Amino acid sequence: MTAELGHYALVLALAVALVQGLVPLYGAHRGEAGWIALARPAAAVQCLLIVVAFGALTNAYVSSDFSVLNVASNSHSAKPLLYKITGVWGNHEGSLLLWVLILALFGGAVALFGGNLPAPFRARVLAVQALIAVGFLSFVLFTSNPFARLLPPPVDGRGLNPLLQDPGLAFHPPFLYLGYVGFSMAFSFAVAALIEGRVDAAWARWVRPWTLAAWCFLTVGIGLGSWWAYYELGWGGWWFWDPVENASFMPWLAGTALLHSSIVVEKRDSLKNWTVLLAILTFSLSLLGTFLVRSGVLTSVHAFATDPARGSFILAFLFVVVAGSLGLYALRAPAMRGGGLFAPVSREGALVFNNLLLSTACATVFLGTLYPLFLDALSGQKITVGPPYFHATFGPLMVPVLLATALGPMLPWKRGDLLGALQRLKFAVAATLAALFLTLVLAHDGPWLAIPALAIGVWMIAGALEEAAQRLRLFRVPVAESLRRLIRLPRAAWGATFAHAGVGAVVIGIVASSAWQEEKLVVMRPGEVLSVGGYEVTFDGAAEFQGPNYTGVRGAFRVSRDGRAVTALQPEARNYPNPPMATTEAAIRTGWDGDLYAVIGDPTGDGAWSTRLYHKPLVHWIWFGSLVMVLGGLISLSDRRHRVGAPARRTTADAVPAAAEGD
Amino acid sequence: MSEVSQREPDPAAPRRPWLRLLPLLLAMAIGAFLFVGLGLKPKEIPSALIGKAVPAFDLPALPERPPGLKSADLQGQVSLVNVFASWCLSCRVEHPLFMNLKALDVVPVHGLNYKDEPQAALAWLDRYGDPYQRIGADRKGRVGIDWGVYGVPETFLINAQGRIACKHIGPVSDSDLQDKLLPAIEALRQGKEPKC
Repeated sequence: MTAELGHYALVLALAVALVQGLVPLYGAHRGEAGWIALARPAAAVQCLLIVVAFGALTNAYVSSDFSVLNVASNSHSAKPLLYKITGVWGNHEGSLLLWVLILALFGGAVALFGGNLPAPFRARVLAVQALIAVGFLSFVLFTSNPFARLLPPPVDGRGLNPLLQDPGLAFHPPFLYLGYVGFSMAFSFAVAALIEGRVDAAWARWVRPWTLAAWCFLTVGIGLGSWWAYYELGWGGWWFWDPVENASFMPWLAGTALLHSSIVVEKRDSLKNWTVLLAILTFSLSLLGTFLVRSGVLTSVHAFATDPARGSFILAFLFVVVAGSLGLYALRAPAMRGGGLFAPVSREGALVFNNLLLSTACATVFLGTLYPLFLDALSGQKITVGPPYFHATFGPLMVPVLLATALGPMLPWKRGDLLGALQRLKFAVAATLAALFLTLVLAHDGPWLAIPALAIGVWMIAGALEEAAQRLRLFRVPVAESLRRLIRLPRAAWGATFAHAGVGAVVIGIVASSAWQEEKLVVMRPGEVLSVGGYEVTFDGAAEFQGPNYTGVRGAFRVSRDGRAVTALQPEARNYPNPPMATTEAAIRTGWDGDLYAVIGDPTGDGAWSTRLYHKPLVHWIWFGSLVMVLGGLISLSDRRHRVGAPARRTTADAVPAAAEGD
Repeated sequence: MSEVSQREPDPAAPRRPWLRLLPLLLAMAIGAFLFVGLGLKPKEIPSALIGKAVPAFDLPALPERPPGLKSADLQGQVSLVNVFASWCLSCRVEHPLFMNLKALDVVPVHGLNYKDEPQAALAWLDRYGDPYQRIGADRKGRVGIDWGVYGVPETFLINAQGRIACKHIGPVSDSDLQDKLLPAIEALRQGKEPKC
């Protein structure tokens, strides 16, 4: 019964979304207060209905109701409860339901917390949001019904892909979707603004927190995904430039650009056109990601059950969304001209620089990801684009933007002085030069490019810290005064400090772990000792064992350094019977200087085992840095101006036409 | 609740009107590619061996399950070569189809047992049935490399002259058989070019 209840709730939600998408939009056009007021309760009801539907599917999973096709094909009664729950979104249908759930939750949040938005504007935002929901709800209901029944029900389910039975991956999709779908808010705000034909500082201030929240979620999602790849796939890699990884990375890049350009709209009333376009593109890229993952047009390791019918539906939807919004943009964009003029060297100039490079970087990733498709469509040639392309194109584009990250916040609005900014960053410059010198002396055995690359990371962290110290007027005013400034100064600036320093940490982690990694692939006999990254690793053999829903082999390594025992590593190779699949569980020891990473392979027959051992210097900085970035986002999100709301828009709105007439 | 759709005339605005259409046009072009892409099959990599003679090989039989398979066996009549392994799950999916082909005596099917333990392969054939006339045991996968095998299962259609006419990657489904392989076999027997 619960499955039917869920199905019914979903159908009702579609009906509500249709009403919510049309009536308030028309109401706002006609100025009918009653129709406008419909938006809020409709969003709440739609949200509630989808929560019911999601709850019904979760219930079917938890109670192992194998008469539901989706449960039978993706779950198994012997699975731990956690993975029964996360199995809900470990498949195509369920993950789409999660998509619409998050979409509805965001809509509900606007209805609930959007009290400071003018009612017609809020109605338009919610209507656009509902139209997106109509698309996805129809997609779920017409092509991917998660509540379809299976008769007769099987005795047991087919089980969840064991690679997905992992805490890291269990929570990777929800965060990713929170990010993807979160950008729908920026999109809805942009489209609503285009309909109204006006973008101003107040608009930017409303868009920013939603974009910021989505960006934080997406950062966590991508971080979790790469961390999972790192410890679960057993190759020591964490990013493969796979089409599906790129699909999540493109909205991230565009979203990061959007975060920065919306600052200019808010503070300086400039770059409006571009910001609206970015908001549209960011969400379009999120949709494109969904299309790429689920249509099978690109070969990827992330294989959802792909189906051309589903592909056609998403493509049609993508077409409506993108063509509709960009068409509207072409019509309305000329009306939104920015005011504030600025010199090339200025805070605005730095943010434009950031935007240019981030969007170019996004375009190169886009080109590399879709190039095989373009080529296949034009000439029938089959190729894949691999990491070398991305390293050669994406890397060089990142260098200037990373260098500028520390400088930008030092430049004043309108007109700045590059040399002056550098002078005020003298400690950061000194720290960077010291880092250059130290790596040259201590670690000259790696690729030479790694040395300046590492210095870039140091520059970003030192620059962020020095900028923060100047904001506090540290050591120039009494400590109490500095503390007072720490609390009183806008949190958004502190957010930037953390986020920029976090990127620096990520850069250091990437550079150090790829340039100075040590890798040993050897067949080891029990008792044999191997030296990796300054550690002595002794192999004590491997033994079979029985897990809760798998059998496996566990290797035993003893790790010591200079004769002192450090730790024991126990990598596993698991065999899951339902569905049959082998996975590796690398054993990782994280030390301050990096990770020691061990994988147990196959027996070679005579008591020896093939093993892989890696030492990856500073690799954990990648995820630590990502967390610092997210922390920065959260601090910025808590900025007072997001809570007290935007400056009253009604008055500015009235003032603008008057001023225009006066001109 | 005043409707604000009136746009202020902007003297600087439409100097380059095409510029604001650019995002839309670009998106449409990309969309067209995506649409074409839906009909493409990126996983089907064309084999360089199509139309070429099968690579020379001579594989032993599985223990107590003669005969083995060598290139000369593929001369003289149209046949299928199915690359299978006991560790391969999708092989189980397509297996009943080959059992059918054998029962109806449509076309001889030979097996290339790829990187498999002989005992496991025999047990597997015991359990799911043995549709093959000849089976070559390619324990190390050397012959598989010559054939350009990159995933199991794969199925090759060989013409009477011992040349590779078609290659199917992945499990053969019922519709693959009806719409692709059977017509191709028919065409080959009539001496025509197969479409596949």
